[in-house]
Amino acid sequence: MSEMNLQEAVVTTRLDAVVNWGRKNSLWPLPFGTACCAIEFMSVMASKYDMSRFGAEAMRFSPRQSDMMLVLGTVTNKMAPVLRTIYAQMAEPKWVISVGVCASSGGMYRTYATLQGIDRIIPVDVYVPGCPPRPESMLYGVMKLQEKIEKEGLGMRKDHIRRFYESLERQKELEARTGLTGQQAIREMLLDAAATGAPTIF
Amino acid sequence: MDSIAITRQMLDGDRMIVNMGPSHPVTHGTLRIVLELEGELIMKATPEMGYLHRGVEKLGENLSYNQFIPLTDRLDYCSSILNNVGYAVAVEKLLGIQDPPRSRVIRVMVSELARIADHIVCLGINAVDIGAFTAFLYLFKQRETIYDLFEMAAGQRMHTSFTRVGGLMRDLPPEFLPLFDRFMEECPAAIDELETLLTRNPIWHDRTKGVGAMSIEDAVNWGYTGPCLRASGLAQDLRVAQPYLDYETYDFDIPVGTTGDVFDRYLVRVEEMRQSLRILAQAKRKLAEVGPGPVIVEDYKIALPPKEKVYTRMESLIHHFKLIMHGIEMPVGEVYSSTEAANGELGFYIVSDGGKNPYRIRVRPPCLPIFSSFDEKVRGRLIADAVAELGAMNVIAGELDR
Amino acid sequence: MVTEHIEEQLPGAVQDKHDFRGDHTIVVGAENLLAVADLLFKEGFQFLVDVTAVDWPEREGARFDVVYHWLNLTSQERLRVKVPVAEGASVPSLVSRFKTADWYEREVYDMFGVIFDGHPNLQRLLTWPDFPGHALRKDFPLDGGDAFCMDGCTAPYNRG
Repeated sequence: MSEMNLQEAVVTTRLDAVVNWGRKNSLWPLPFGTACCAIEFMSVMASKYDMSRFGAEAMRFSPRQSDMMLVLGTVTNKMAPVLRTIYAQMAEPKWVISVGVCASSGGMYRTYATLQGIDRIIPVDVYVPGCPPRPESMLYGVMKLQEKIEKEGLGMRKDHIRRFYESLERQKELEARTGLTGQQAIREMLLDAAATGAPTIF
Repeated sequence: MDSIAITRQMLDGDRMIVNMGPSHPVTHGTLRIVLELEGELIMKATPEMGYLHRGVEKLGENLSYNQFIPLTDRLDYCSSILNNVGYAVAVEKLLGIQDPPRSRVIRVMVSELARIADHIVCLGINAVDIGAFTAFLYLFKQRETIYDLFEMAAGQRMHTSFTRVGGLMRDLPPEFLPLFDRFMEECPAAIDELETLLTRNPIWHDRTKGVGAMSIEDAVNWGYTGPCLRASGLAQDLRVAQPYLDYETYDFDIPVGTTGDVFDRYLVRVEEMRQSLRILAQAKRKLAEVGPGPVIVEDYKIALPPKEKVYTRMESLIHHFKLIMHGIEMPVGEVYSSTEAANGELGFYIVSDGGKNPYRIRVRPPCLPIFSSFDEKVRGRLIADAVAELGAMNVIAGELDR
Repeated sequence: MVTEHIEEQLPGAVQDKHDFRGDHTIVVGAENLLAVADLLFKEGFQFLVDVTAVDWPEREGARFDVVYHWLNLTSQERLRVKVPVAEGASVPSLVSRFKTADWYEREVYDMFGVIFDGHPNLQRLLTWPDFPGHALRKDFPLDGGDAFCMDGCTAPYNRG
């Protein structure tokens, strides 16, 4: 189809293909930067690596305005309730990229203070290994997420996110009933999950 | 999240409570500051930290001396090599040894490169926080070159783990010096560019002058070190005051400010980058003078013997086995060793009971005392000043919380 | 030498002293700490570099050493002052003299449970308020003793 007769042309496609095409090329990243990976992420945003090539340069520090969270760095137990709150506040459909080994599994910090992987408390779509990952790896992670978005059905994320909101309600209910802080409630829920053999709390 | 309880009493007054952090763009990591405001004026700021407390000191007690080096990378992650060098110098002090001359020159080279990279991040991000995005983009080109150099030397861009107890992991590759020369040519121009963007920029002046000023007495009492202390006017630099790595043989000046405000700290950091370039030029000449040679001590009770010897000689194999299984034979004792990191005095206090692992390892983070004075510095000022102040303090959560 | 000055002016305050690799250390009792700090300040040691502690669980009497590092900015001398303190006993706080001691002492309290008398706000600094125990004590396990923390982790760190 040449450009000349584009005006008269009719293109047929599936709705989800169009929506997904739009979604994947206009991701709004929220950098949840806690540690070293956030410094490396600056390189991804800066001139040499330039994430805007992938349509994801409009960084928003408010979760309400973004739909892709990059968890950059170690998440400690103290930070866990904050991460859950911020994930809950993000605009739907929301995606999470766990950047670096600390976010993915606790990494080298197998200690009393560190959460052993954020996938225990929030859903994660793409894991990027490395300590810290090179900027190319982070870009590759974003590209992998784009591939994933391309293949999604429109209703698929609804179910995914509903499970998280249910767990958040359970957490709030537990906090209200027992007077625990958010961190203690998450700990209780993790212990419950461990007792039933479930890998996550959502 | 709930550790600073916002009480009924606090809410009842005329003051408004605003929570900055722990996930906030200006907090460079994870800090939380609870601000009590009257209009735009900050009446009280309560900083809280620990959101990146990962238990590094506890881990250090469970790792051998060489295994701790990767953890030092992740303290001040903007300038990892400075931490590597500081730690290696501390362990060498405990052992009572010195690394070979070539290693010392290379350590100085990579340290000064890391100092420039750290100042680039600090200044670039401070400007971004205030609203000047361009300087960040201009400067990061140089930082990428520094990271390329680190990658050549150590194989990793950021977390280099370049030093070992008694020397370095390996010598510089032959490709290092050509790129280094290019960097030395380009970097002064980039710093000039930064200065044209900011130094005489009236908006930058309005936002930074007079913010967070501090006298020398107060700065010393608060435990300030590094560029923040020098901006107040005291020329205290451990590279000159208590030289290590033969810094006394390099010719460079210590820039000092007068008031200690954000603008002075900016000027001090810019000038320190220039002085680092001076040191780098001298270090390159020195490297040629020293010539090729070992970069790690040839005492196989401390450093691993070369692989070809391990495969061919019985004695080297035994040394290798002993070092890996039983670690370095450490004397019983305690040392405190400090080096001038990009933020100030980075100290390592190591207590050894003669075992494979340190009995206690303490990291003296330069930015903890600086951050603890945050309330005093922003009280009675505007929220916008708090943002400028936090950026100029260069609080790195990794070393703050450990 | 500052150690001799302290011994002259505060007889009996210095319980022990030793040098190792050029580091000078004196050991003083908790009751003499404030006097020693004031004297050091007069001698030019006006920069309190660091406050930390070391846990010696097997030691008779005082379990902890609270360790202070001072720097003389004029002569660039350093001095380490160690204060032995038993579990549950307290050390006078230096906050009234050195503002930098504030957070350092909070950190020592957080990590070791050493109490500082006269500290205006002795709360945990790095961990959270209901943290069980004190993390850097030798009897505190690396994983915090929590089942969920180490769940699924099989490779232990090589201890000792």
